[in-house]
Amino acid sequence: MPYYVAPEQAMKDRADFARKGIARGRGLVAMRYIDGVVMVAENASQSLRKISEIYDRIAFAGVGKYNEFDQLRVAGIRAAELTGYQYSRDDVDARSLANDYAQLLGNSFTHGMKPMEVEILVAEVSLAGENDQIFHIMYDGTVIDHRDGCALGGDSDAVTARLREGFTEDLILDDAVRLGAQVLGGERVIPADELEVAVLERGNGRRCFRRIEMPSDVVASAESSEHEA
Amino acid sequence: MPRFELGQDPGTDFGLLLRRVGLTQPAGAGAVPDAPHATTCVALRHADGVVIAGDRRATSGHLISHRTMEKVVQADRYSAVAIAGAAGPAVEMIRLFQVQLEYYEKVQGTALSLEGKANQLAAMVRQNLPAAMQGMGVVPIFAGYDTRRDVGRLWDYDMLGGRYEERDHVATGSGSLHAGTTLKLGYRGGLDRAAAIALAARALWEAADADSATGGPDVLRGIYPVVAVIDADGWARVDDEELAAVYAAIMDEAREAHS
Repeated sequence: MPYYVAPEQAMKDRADFARKGIARGRGLVAMRYIDGVVMVAENASQSLRKISEIYDRIAFAGVGKYNEFDQLRVAGIRAAELTGYQYSRDDVDARSLANDYAQLLGNSFTHGMKPMEVEILVAEVSLAGENDQIFHIMYDGTVIDHRDGCALGGDSDAVTARLREGFTEDLILDDAVRLGAQVLGGERVIPADELEVAVLERGNGRRCFRRIEMPSDVVASAESSEHEA
Repeated sequence: MPRFELGQDPGTDFGLLLRRVGLTQPAGAGAVPDAPHATTCVALRHADGVVIAGDRRATSGHLISHRTMEKVVQADRYSAVAIAGAAGPAVEMIRLFQVQLEYYEKVQGTALSLEGKANQLAAMVRQNLPAAMQGMGVVPIFAGYDTRRDVGRLWDYDMLGGRYEERDHVATGSGSLHAGTTLKLGYRGGLDRAAAIALAARALWEAADADSATGGPDVLRGIYPVVAVIDADGWARVDDEELAAVYAAIMDEAREAHS
C-alpha cells in the first residue's frame, strides 16, 4: 500500500536527523581579531583536522561527520584552485564558494538519500580589514553571514551567547584564542592539547592561513596571568 | 563545485583534475617559427643550501623579445624552478607546477617531499614531449632545500623527462657550455652564501659574453639576473643592490685583465 508523508514532516525528520548528528560532535568558534579571523575548535585528534586552508585568504572549518565535511573541504580547494588557475588568484572569493557549498548542501538535504550531518564555515580576510567575512552554512544549505563571529556544532546556542558576551572589537590574537577556548568550554576547562587553533592573518604574505601549533602556551599564559591577578 | 564518483576522483593530481573537468588545452598543432625562447640558468650547492640564477633575456630567432623575463621562479617555500627552452610552454608549466605543489599540500595536509616535487616536475616535462619534438621543448632545473635531510639538492632534466640529481652544480640553456665550465672551474665544496652568489653571477656573465642569446647585467636599465638563495629559512631573492655590487666587482676584474 502506498504511504503518504507530508512534506513538512519529511523536512522536519531530515532536519532532526542532521541536527542530532551535528550536536553529538564537539564545537568550534570563529571570530574576528585585529589582524584577521581566528578559529578555535575542540578536537581530541592531532591529525584529523577540523580547520584547514582553502586558498590564499580563505579558510574552511567543519563540524559533524568527519568524512562528509572533509569531502566538502577538498571540493572547496578544487573549486578555488580551478578558478584561480583558469582566471586569476584575485578572482577567488569566499562569497561564491559559500554559495556553491549552499547549493551542494541544499541539494543533498532535499534530494539525497540522507542529509549531510555537517555544518561548515567559510572565512575570508580582506586586504584592508574592513571586509573580513565569516559565512556559516547549515546542513540544509542555509547561509548566514556573520560580522563578528559565530559558533558551530556542540551546544552552539550557549556558545554563541557566551561569544556575544565576551567579544570586543580589536582583540589581539592571544586574547581571542583564550576567549575562543573559554566560550567553547563554558563551565568546563578544555585541555589545551585538545584545542585546534588556526588563523587567517593579514600580512602573513600571500597565504594568510597559519596553524597555531602550541595553543597550550597561549592558554597556559592566560592561566598564569589570572593567578597573578 | 566539482564532485566525482568513487574511482573517478583525481585525488591530489591537479593536472588530472584539469582533464576531468575539461580545462586542458590541446597540444600545439605544429612548430612555431621564432617563438620566444628563454636561455641560460645555473644552480649550485653551498654550505647552507642552494643558489639558483638565470639571465633575463628571451629571444625570438635573432631578436631580443624580452629583457626582463624571470626564468627563475619560486615553486614553493623551499624550492625553485629555472627554465630554458620555449618560453610560452615553460611559463605555463611552472604555473601548473606551482599550483600542483600547493594543491597537494592543502588536500593532503602535508607538503610533498623535495624528491616528490622533483619527480612531479619530471612528469610534466615528459608530458610536454610532443611539443618538444617540434622544437618547443622545456628544460628546467629544480633546486631546493630538503627539510628532512637538511641539505640543498639540485636536479636537471632532459627534454624526455629524464631526471638527474646533481651533486654540486648544474647549468642549462643555450649558454650552458660557458656557464657550466665557469661553475666547474670555480666550484669548491662548502662555499658560503656570498661566494656561491658571486660564482653564479660570474657563470651567467661568461655565458652572456660568449652566447648571443644570453643577456648580461643591463646597467643602463638597471636589470640584473634573478638570483635566489634557498636554505633552512626558505626562498629569498637576492636584491638588485647586492647584485649590482657583485657585478661591479666582476667588471673591475675584467677591466684590470684588459688594461
